[in-house]
Amino acid sequence: MTLLAIFERPAIDWHAFAPEVVLLCALLLVLLLDIIFDERARQIIPTVAGAGLLGALLPVVTLAVDGQDRFMFDGAFAVDDAALVLKALFLISGYVVVLLSIDYIRDGDYYENEYYTLLMSSLLGMLMIASSRDLVSMFVALELLSIPAYMLAAWRKGGPTSNEAGIKYYLMGVFASAVMLYGMSLLYGVAGSTRFVDIGVAVSGSDASPFVVLAILFVVVGFAFKVSAVPFHSWAPDTYEGAPTPITAFLAVASKAAGFVALLQLVFVAFAGRSDVIEPLFWILAALTMTVGNLIALRQENIVRMLAYSGVAQGGFMLVPFAVSGDAGDTAITAIVTYLIIYAFMNLGAFGVVMAVARKTRSGQISSYGGLFSYAPGLAVAMTVFLASLAGIPPLGGWFAKFVVIQSLFDAASVSSAILGVIFAVNTVIAFGYYARVLREMWFSPVPDGDSTPIKVPAAIATALVLTAVATVVSGVLPQLVGRFGDISTSLAL
Amino acid sequence: MQATGFDAWALSLVVFLPLIGAIVMMVIPKAEEELHKMVAMAASLAALAVGIYVLINFDYDASGELQFVVDKSWIDVINSRYIIGLDGLSLPLLVLSLAVVPLCVIYSWHHIPEPGNPKAFLILILILGTGMNGTFVSQDLILFFVFFEIVLLPMYFMIGVWGGENRQYAAIKFFLFTLFGSALMILSFLALFFLADGTLAGTTANTFDMRALPTAATVISTTTAVWIFGGMFMGFGIKVPMFPFHTWLPDAHTQAPTVGSVILAAVLLKLGTYGFIRIAIPILPGAAVEWAPFIGLLAVIGIIYGALGCLAQTDMKRLIAFSSVAHMGFVMLGIATLTDFGMNAAVFGMVAHGLITGMLFFVAGSVKDRYHTLEIARLGGLLKQAPKMGWILGFATMASLGLPGLAGFWGEFPAILAAYQPADALSEETFRTYMVIAAVGTVLAAGYLLWLFQRTAFGEPSDEFADEPIDDVIPTEWMAWSPFLLGIVVLGVYPNLLFSITDDTVVNIAELVTAAAGG
Repeated sequence: MTLLAIFERPAIDWHAFAPEVVLLCALLLVLLLDIIFDERARQIIPTVAGAGLLGALLPVVTLAVDGQDRFMFDGAFAVDDAALVLKALFLISGYVVVLLSIDYIRDGDYYENEYYTLLMSSLLGMLMIASSRDLVSMFVALELLSIPAYMLAAWRKGGPTSNEAGIKYYLMGVFASAVMLYGMSLLYGVAGSTRFVDIGVAVSGSDASPFVVLAILFVVVGFAFKVSAVPFHSWAPDTYEGAPTPITAFLAVASKAAGFVALLQLVFVAFAGRSDVIEPLFWILAALTMTVGNLIALRQENIVRMLAYSGVAQGGFMLVPFAVSGDAGDTAITAIVTYLIIYAFMNLGAFGVVMAVARKTRSGQISSYGGLFSYAPGLAVAMTVFLASLAGIPPLGGWFAKFVVIQSLFDAASVSSAILGVIFAVNTVIAFGYYARVLREMWFSPVPDGDSTPIKVPAAIATALVLTAVATVVSGVLPQLVGRFGDISTSLAL
Repeated sequence: MQATGFDAWALSLVVFLPLIGAIVMMVIPKAEEELHKMVAMAASLAALAVGIYVLINFDYDASGELQFVVDKSWIDVINSRYIIGLDGLSLPLLVLSLAVVPLCVIYSWHHIPEPGNPKAFLILILILGTGMNGTFVSQDLILFFVFFEIVLLPMYFMIGVWGGENRQYAAIKFFLFTLFGSALMILSFLALFFLADGTLAGTTANTFDMRALPTAATVISTTTAVWIFGGMFMGFGIKVPMFPFHTWLPDAHTQAPTVGSVILAAVLLKLGTYGFIRIAIPILPGAAVEWAPFIGLLAVIGIIYGALGCLAQTDMKRLIAFSSVAHMGFVMLGIATLTDFGMNAAVFGMVAHGLITGMLFFVAGSVKDRYHTLEIARLGGLLKQAPKMGWILGFATMASLGLPGLAGFWGEFPAILAAYQPADALSEETFRTYMVIAAVGTVLAAGYLLWLFQRTAFGEPSDEFADEPIDDVIPTEWMAWSPFLLGIVVLGVYPNLLFSITDDTVVNIAELVTAAAGG
């Protein structure tokens, strides 16, 4: 009885919570529509889901306009500029994934309603992870975004590869969570608090206590699985290949971004004082991830696997600024967030083209892209835009993403950052090798089976492609539009 | 000193009108081939018209200063601004690039190479136009870099889709070489950004502003500057191309469709040499002095190597490509002297080479169209079968070998002369040796060019083509070629037309070198 008397409901700022609340309502609405109308609701479910995601974007905008940093639950849940930028990124990526899903899921006769419900729950977890500034809320958010994703990966129940995808992803994910949780418990033991700010104070004071180092290592390794950093990447290609393609896009972009967002908060807030541990750790992770990802990508014959490994390598590029987190500080945060935003658009776009082409060729082989330019010039040009952007060729968005990463390395101006810069530059050139292979097939090669009937692109995918292509080009021509968001995200470190 | 009114828009229009044309063409269905040609023509002519407006309103008494300047915020996060402007150094190259694009469109009217698709082909030409024009007017390093890179993909596709037998290899080689160079170049730009102190020039501490950097970069120590210069040297040198990075050029030129070769020779190669004079030397004059003997050496090696390469070629286009290596060697030699005289010669050499080699590639393309081969051994008797084309070829080879009275002479001769008296900080002995070697190069040039002309144009047509009807120059070819021919003659007879424009800017740059060497 006494316990109940002590408990007081903490003050809740509903405005700060509004994005999550709107998304939750939309999610429940989808669930209810399914229960009440059953099959008859199928037509409108994707629309409701999409509208829910865009609806949740509204309070994000009002919060941004309001501009006030809000903290709740003793600082465990924060709404600052950084959180808002990332929430908007998750919602927009989620919306594009919904657009990509509509025809795929409908044609495949998969469980539509449940699909969108799970997708939205996962996104809800992502919204929360952008705001969590404490170990418990971060872990809960992480599980909320991961568990639906495990199921979604296995959505093509009939196909053994999809089952393999789901199981592999699940086992690896759970293992990573366990490792991470162990690290978190050590952190709590050292700091006596779960808030990142307190942990930051506690760990930076401690001299090289093995517990702290071990704790940091475990937590980082846990997230390294999530962002598929080498050597914790082995699940990614199989999962990507087996999962339904829209979910692959979702995992490669949104889910990976969530991992990076968590790392951002941990590295720049909780472990800010321990760059002596963080920097070498991420240096190795980044160098390995870029190089191994790229080298294996060179050998892929299947476009989705190629994009999977390219995604691993791109993740490596995003890990680079972490390796100079102590020396470069704000520049590093700007670089990571800017890269995340641009990467989301170009990668989602590339998957969009893959899906559109697969509707005709029914194949994932890179060779099936032969002569695409001759019978589907629009798709070929779009794919060229996305791949050239991934390769970092101006004036497409990717160049700016790579530029800010190099800038953070220069800002750090140390020998180790210079070496990492060289590895980065070499990898950029290697990466062009496999992107160029697809370009070559599309533009230079003849149509493999001589079947050059044009591809009919469904309206939803077309919308997604236009959206992502415009974003990719505009972010390259007017990088300030994206760079601004990267810049204000440095509020995180405050 | 920002431009106002229409002047503020003029350069942006010059840069983006071709791109607007390309975007319009993207929404026009592929089947409307004539319409595509019209739109491409209109867009490139519109850009040229604005270019002529600029040419008329340019203040020639102040050609050493940037005019039509626009300075707007662009990427605040990295302090990069949208700064464009034009001075006596940029003007001739901009006009060259503006003129070449519509002429290439005219030539393409009846010469869309296999596998056809004028829509895509012309769109690529227009995008190339935007990239080239933009490079010549950018006054911000990042803006320059973006425009410099824009040309990569269109040229890659142009070679790869419309090129010859071995096009894929040539396309990827072109791409990777250039990409590698630009990666190092952007590193140098970043180093400048962080190391230079912009407050000296009255701007922010870290800046990409090319107007401020010559002053701002004085704080960089020479050792560091030499490294930074090295990065730019790779970026620009590969583009030029300088020996030993030239190997992409013969492949790219030989495999590229005619118009691709023309644009490549006439404008793209100049992006590299322009970069040296516009960026590398004024910003890091001290390092330029250290590098100059080395650059001069590579330049003369290029001259001799290119000439010897020419003598060994059996393919007409490949021969012209190797002659480009030699000619760009003269341009680089002029630049390496670091004197106003040498750099004037270099700019002249760029324009002259653009006109002459562009012309040669046009003729080569038309010969290929008619004979379906460029194998020199199988050709012959062009003067009999198509006398007008034969004489144009003769005219262009004469111009190329540096016959006085034609444009080529004023690029080569002053460059050689400048090597006699290089900048004070440079060793006279070294450069006089280079001078002698370069002079030998001109003799070789006369040799390979006359030999080419003799084998293709003189004599009787070879048996296999003797009975084939070979068309002489057709009207669209006349339209595309006559401005080139006219330019070669006018500049050859009255070179001061160009020298008077470039001189002021170049003198300023040479003074920076003198100041750096003295201080």
